[in-house]
Amino acid sequence: MDQRNGLGDGVTTSVLAAPEPVQAAQGAIQSNAWLIIAIPLLGAAVLLLAGRRANGWGHLLGCATVIASFGYALALFSSVGGSEQAARSLHLFSWIPVNSLQVDFGLRIDPLSLVFVLLITGVGSLIHIYSIGYMAHDQQGRTGRGNTERRRFFGYLNLFVAAMLILVLGNSFVTLYLGWEGVGLASYLLIGFWQQRPSAAGAATKAFVMNRVGDVGLALAIFLLFARLGTTQYAEVFARADELSSGTVLAIALLLLLGACGKSGQVPLQAWLPDAMEGPTPVSALIHAATMVTAGVYLIARANPLYSMTEVGQLVVAIVGAVTLLVGCVIGCAYDDIKKVLAYSTVSQIGYMMLAVGLGPAGYALGIMHLLTHGFFKAGLFLGAGSVMHGMRDEVDMRKFGGLYRYMPITFATFGLGYLALIGFPFLSGYYSKEAIIGAAFAEPGWRGWVLGGAAVLGAGLTAFYMTRLMLMTFFGERRWRNRTTSEGEEFHPHESPAVMTGPMIVLAVGSVAAGFLLTSGERLVHFLSPALGELQEGHTVLPHSVIPVLTLGLSAVGVLVAWLVVGRRRVPDTAPQRVSPVVRAARADLYGNALNRAVAVRPTVGLADGLARFDRAGVDGTVNGVASTLGALSGVLRRWQTGFVRSYAMSMLVGGVLLVAALLSVGTP
Amino acid sequence: MGVVARTGVPDRHSEVLAQQSTDMPPIAYAAVAPVLIVLVAACLGVLVEAFVPRRQRWAVQVALSLLTVVCAGAALIRHAREINTGGTTFADTVAVGPATLFLWGTLLALALGAILLIADRSIEPGGAFVAETNAASGGTASRHPADAPGAASAEVMDRASASVVGMRTEVFPLVLFSLGGMMVFCAANDLLTMFVALEVLSLPLYLLCGLARRRRLLSQEAAVKYFLLGAFASAFFLYGLALLYGYAGSVKFSDIADATAGSLRSDTLLFAGLGLVVMGLLFKGSVGPFHLWTPDVYHGAPTAVTGFMAACTKVAAFGGLLRLLHVAFRASSWEWHWVLWSVAVLSMVIGVVSGLTQRDLKRMIAYSSIAHAGFLMVGAITLTERGLSATLFYLLAYGFTTLAVFGTIGLVRTSEGEATHLSDWAGLAKRSPVVATVFTFLLLALAGIPATSGFMGKFAVFSAAFSAGMGPLVVIALLASALAAFIYLRVIVLMFFNDPAPDGPTVSVPGAFTTAAITLGVVVTLLLGLVPMLALDWASVGGFVS
Repeated sequence: MDQRNGLGDGVTTSVLAAPEPVQAAQGAIQSNAWLIIAIPLLGAAVLLLAGRRANGWGHLLGCATVIASFGYALALFSSVGGSEQAARSLHLFSWIPVNSLQVDFGLRIDPLSLVFVLLITGVGSLIHIYSIGYMAHDQQGRTGRGNTERRRFFGYLNLFVAAMLILVLGNSFVTLYLGWEGVGLASYLLIGFWQQRPSAAGAATKAFVMNRVGDVGLALAIFLLFARLGTTQYAEVFARADELSSGTVLAIALLLLLGACGKSGQVPLQAWLPDAMEGPTPVSALIHAATMVTAGVYLIARANPLYSMTEVGQLVVAIVGAVTLLVGCVIGCAYDDIKKVLAYSTVSQIGYMMLAVGLGPAGYALGIMHLLTHGFFKAGLFLGAGSVMHGMRDEVDMRKFGGLYRYMPITFATFGLGYLALIGFPFLSGYYSKEAIIGAAFAEPGWRGWVLGGAAVLGAGLTAFYMTRLMLMTFFGERRWRNRTTSEGEEFHPHESPAVMTGPMIVLAVGSVAAGFLLTSGERLVHFLSPALGELQEGHTVLPHSVIPVLTLGLSAVGVLVAWLVVGRRRVPDTAPQRVSPVVRAARADLYGNALNRAVAVRPTVGLADGLARFDRAGVDGTVNGVASTLGALSGVLRRWQTGFVRSYAMSMLVGGVLLVAALLSVGTP
Repeated sequence: MGVVARTGVPDRHSEVLAQQSTDMPPIAYAAVAPVLIVLVAACLGVLVEAFVPRRQRWAVQVALSLLTVVCAGAALIRHAREINTGGTTFADTVAVGPATLFLWGTLLALALGAILLIADRSIEPGGAFVAETNAASGGTASRHPADAPGAASAEVMDRASASVVGMRTEVFPLVLFSLGGMMVFCAANDLLTMFVALEVLSLPLYLLCGLARRRRLLSQEAAVKYFLLGAFASAFFLYGLALLYGYAGSVKFSDIADATAGSLRSDTLLFAGLGLVVMGLLFKGSVGPFHLWTPDVYHGAPTAVTGFMAACTKVAAFGGLLRLLHVAFRASSWEWHWVLWSVAVLSMVIGVVSGLTQRDLKRMIAYSSIAHAGFLMVGAITLTERGLSATLFYLLAYGFTTLAVFGTIGLVRTSEGEATHLSDWAGLAKRSPVVATVFTFLLLALAGIPATSGFMGKFAVFSAAFSAGMGPLVVIALLASALAAFIYLRVIVLMFFNDPAPDGPTVSVPGAFTTAAITLGVVVTLLLGLVPMLALDWASVGGFVS
C-alpha cells in the first residue's frame, strides 16, 4: 500500500529523493505516462476517421506514433530504472464512482508493466515498419494513394497497440478488462482483415467467441473480488488478499486461469489461435506471437500474490502449461502450412511460460523472461515466414517450398537464427530462458518435478523436431516449386523482400541471438522484476543440476537428427501421405482440439446433445450462419411458439401468469 | 422514504378513493412541471390538428414537440438542482424523488431522439407515417383526429399518390400523450394512478403502431395484436390491483409496504396480487415469457415508433417495476426473489436463443431487447442502492443505443421500403462504410464490449447483483451475454465479410433530423462508455420516495 504513494494522490506529485531538476524531469515523464497510450490511440483515430485523404501518408503516421510511444517508454524506463520504489500508481480520473462501486482509471508503472510496455512498443515498431512493405499492395494490387487497405490496416494496428498498452499499464483488474476486450476486438478486426476470404471471417468469429468464453471467467473473477473486497485495484487487492478465504482465492485463481487460457490459446481453448493465422502475417507476428497471446501469462504473473496463496491453483496452471506445451508440439509436427506450424509452436511456447508462472515464486520471472525472448524470436520467425510468402505468391504449403536459401539469403539467415533460438541452441536467447524453466520445473518437489520437468524436456525434443522439419522443407532440399504452380496456376519466382521488410527481421534476429544473454547476465531481468514478482527462489532439483542441460540438449539433438532422417534425407512427397499412423492422424486433426472445444465450450452453453457429426457441419467452426443451426433445435422449438396468432399468445400469457402466481404462492405461503 | 406521515393513512385514503374529499390538494408545481408541460403540449398538439392549415401542420407540430421536450427538460433540471430528498404531491398519488427524476430525464432525452426520428421526411418522401387521406383523394372536408387510424384504410394508401403528400401529424401529440403517461407511470405512488398511467401510455402506442405508410397490413396487424394483448395484460394488472387492495386495504405503495412488513393477513392475496400486477409490468417491459408480442409488433410498427417503444417503453416499464419492488414489496422480497430470479433467466435464455436464428433485423433486435430485459431484471431484483443506480444507468444506456439502432435500420431501403431482411445487409460495408461502422459500433454496445455504454451498464448491474449475493444468476447472465455476442457478430460479419447482393438495397442519405437522432445515440453510447460517471453520479444520488 505505502509503495504506491509515489504518484498515488495526484498527477503532479513528484518522486522522492532525487536531485531537484532531475526530479522535476522524472516527475513530468512519469506523470504524463498516459501519453504512451494516447499517442497510438490518436493515431488510430486519425487513420480510421480521415478517410482517403490519409491514404498517402497514413502508414507513416501509424509507424511514427508507435515509435514515439517506444521512445517515451524508453525515457520512462530510464527515469524509473534505478529507483527504489517498486510501483507508482498514476491516478488519471475516477471512472465509475458510485457509492460502494469505485473504479478509478489509473496506470501502474512497475517493472512488470514497464517490461511489457517496452516489448509491445519495441516489437510493435519493428512490425509496423515491416508492414509498410508487406501491405504495399492491396488485394487488387493497388499501391500508394489508391491503397485504402493499408491505411485501415495501420489504423487497426495502432488501435491494437493502444489497447494492449491499456491492458498492461492499467492499475486495476477492470482497466485490464478494458484492454483485454480491446485487444480482442482489434484482433478480431485484423484476423478478418482480408474480408473476401470466407475462412478469414470464420476464423475471426471463432477467435472472438472462444475469447468470450475465457472472458466470462475473467469477469467472474473480477466480480468475486468486488464482492469480497470491494475493490479491484491491484495494490489494494494484494494488500488485503489475506482477508479472502482459501476457497475464494482458489476460485479466483481458476477463473483468472480460464480467462488466460482463452486469450493465450491454452488447452482447452487453444483451437482459435492457429485459425487466426488467416490474418495478414504482420498481425500474426505482433498479436498472435509476441504480444496479445502472452496477456494470459501477464495476468497470472500480475496476480502472483493471489496465486502464491493457493498451491492447488498454481498446480493447475502448471499442468495446463505442461499439457499445452506437449499438445502444441505434437500438432506442430503434423502440419504442412508454415504459419500453422509456427502458430502451434507459439501455443507450445506459451505453454512453457504458463508452466513457469505456475511454479510460483520459483518461476514468475522465468516465465516473463521466456516471454521476452520468445517475443523476439517468434516475431522474427513470423516475419521471416511472411517474407517467404511474399516471395512465393502467398503460398503457405511447405511441400511447395524447398531450396529457398539461395533465393532469399537474408530471410534464410534471420529465420535460421530465430530457429536456433527457438530450439534452444546453446547461448542463443531461447537457450537461456527455456533451460531455466526446465530447471525450475525439475525443482518441484516429488512427482511434480518428474512430471512437469519431463514434459518440458520432451517438449524441447519435439520442438527441435518440428522446427527442423520446417527449416528443411522450406529452405533446403529439392526446389519443389519449380514444377509446381499456385492454386491459380501461376509459376513461382522466389525473390528476396525489400529492405523495409528485411530491416526489422535483422533487428529481431539480433535480438534472438543476444536478448537471452543480456537479460540473464548478472540476473539482470530477474533482479529488475523482483519488486513486482518477488525474489526468485531456487529449489533443489530432482536431477543433478548439470544433468538437465545435457539431457535437454541431447533430446533436442535427437529431434534434429530424426527430422533430418525423416525429411532431409528423403524426397518430400508433393501431397501429404494419407497412410499414416493414428498418432499423425490425430495430430493433423489438431488432436481433436476443435471437437474438444465444442465439447467443453459450446456444448454446455448450448445444452444440446447433438451427435459429433452434426457438430462438424455446424458449430463454432462452421460458417457464420451455420452457428445458428447448432442451436437450431432449441431455437426451432421457441420459434414454433411464435405462431403469430393472438389467441396462442394470449394463451401463453395466461399460462405464464398462472405459473408466476403459482410459483409465488408456493414460495410465499407455507 | 419516510417523508409521509403514516398515521391514519388508510382512512384518508379510502376517502380519496370514494371521491368524498372536495378540497383541492396542494400541488408541488415545480416538481411535476415536466409532466404538466408534456401533457399540456399534447393537448395543444390536438388543437393544432384542428386549427392550423394542413400545409403548416408538420412544421408546427415538430417545433411544438421538440420545444416541449426541451422545456420539460429545462424544468426538470431546474427542479433537480433544488431537490434533496423529494416528496409526494397530488394527495400522495405522485411521488417525485431523485430516482424518478432520473427516469424522467432519461425518458425526455430518449423522446427527443424518437421525435427527431419520427419527424424525418427525407428518407421516406413525406415521412414514414400514413399520408393525409383527404389530400390523396383530393377532398377538402374537415378532419378530426379521432378518425386517424380507422379511416386510413389500405386502399386509400395507394403508393403512387401517397408518396407525394405529407404524413398525418397526429403522430406528434400521440407521442407526447404516451410520453406523459410514461412519466406518470414511473412516479405513481399508488396502484390506481399506476394503472391510469399505464393506459395513458399504452393507448397512443397502439395507434402509433398501426400508422406505417408502407406495409399497411403488417403494421395494422401489429397494432391490433399489441392492443389485444395489452388489454389482456391490463386486465391482469387490474385484477392484481384488486387483490392487493383486499390484502392491504389500500392501493398506496407505502400502505402495502407497511402491511407486508409484519402482519398476519392472508399471504395468498398478497402473492397472487403481486404476481398479477408484476405480470402486467413484465408484459410492458417485454420480459419473457410475456414477450410474445414483441417481435411481431417491433417488426410491424414503423421503425421510428419501434425505436420509441424499444427505448421509452422499456424505461417506463422498468421504472414502474423498480418503484413497485423497491417501495412496496421490499419487505417480502425474500419470497418473490426466487420467482423473479427465474423470470430473469427465462427472459435471457428466450431472447438469446431465439435471437440466434432470426433472419429479420427488426425481429432480431426485438429478441435482443427481450434478452436485455432479462439483464435488466437482474438489476431490478437487486434491491440495494447499487442495484438501483446500476439499473437506472443500464436503462439510459440501452435506450440511447437501441434508439440509434432503429434509426440506422431505417436508412437501408429497397424500392419496397425498408430492407430489414438480414440478407439485404450483406456486404453493406462496401456500399456504405460509414453506416456499417456506426451500426457495428451500436451492435458492439448491445453486446457489451468495453468502451461502450453497454459494457458499463452490464458491469454495473452484474457487479451490484454479485455483491448482493446473486452469484449464480450473474454467472448465467454472463454466459447469456457471451452467447448473445453471436447475434450481433453475425450481422457484423455479414456486413463486412460478405459480398453484397447485385440488386441489394440502397442506403439513404439521412436528413438532418435522423442524422441528429443517430448521432445523439452514438455519442451518448460512446460517452457513457468512456466516462460513465456523467450519468452514474446522478443515478446514484438517491432512491425512490413514497
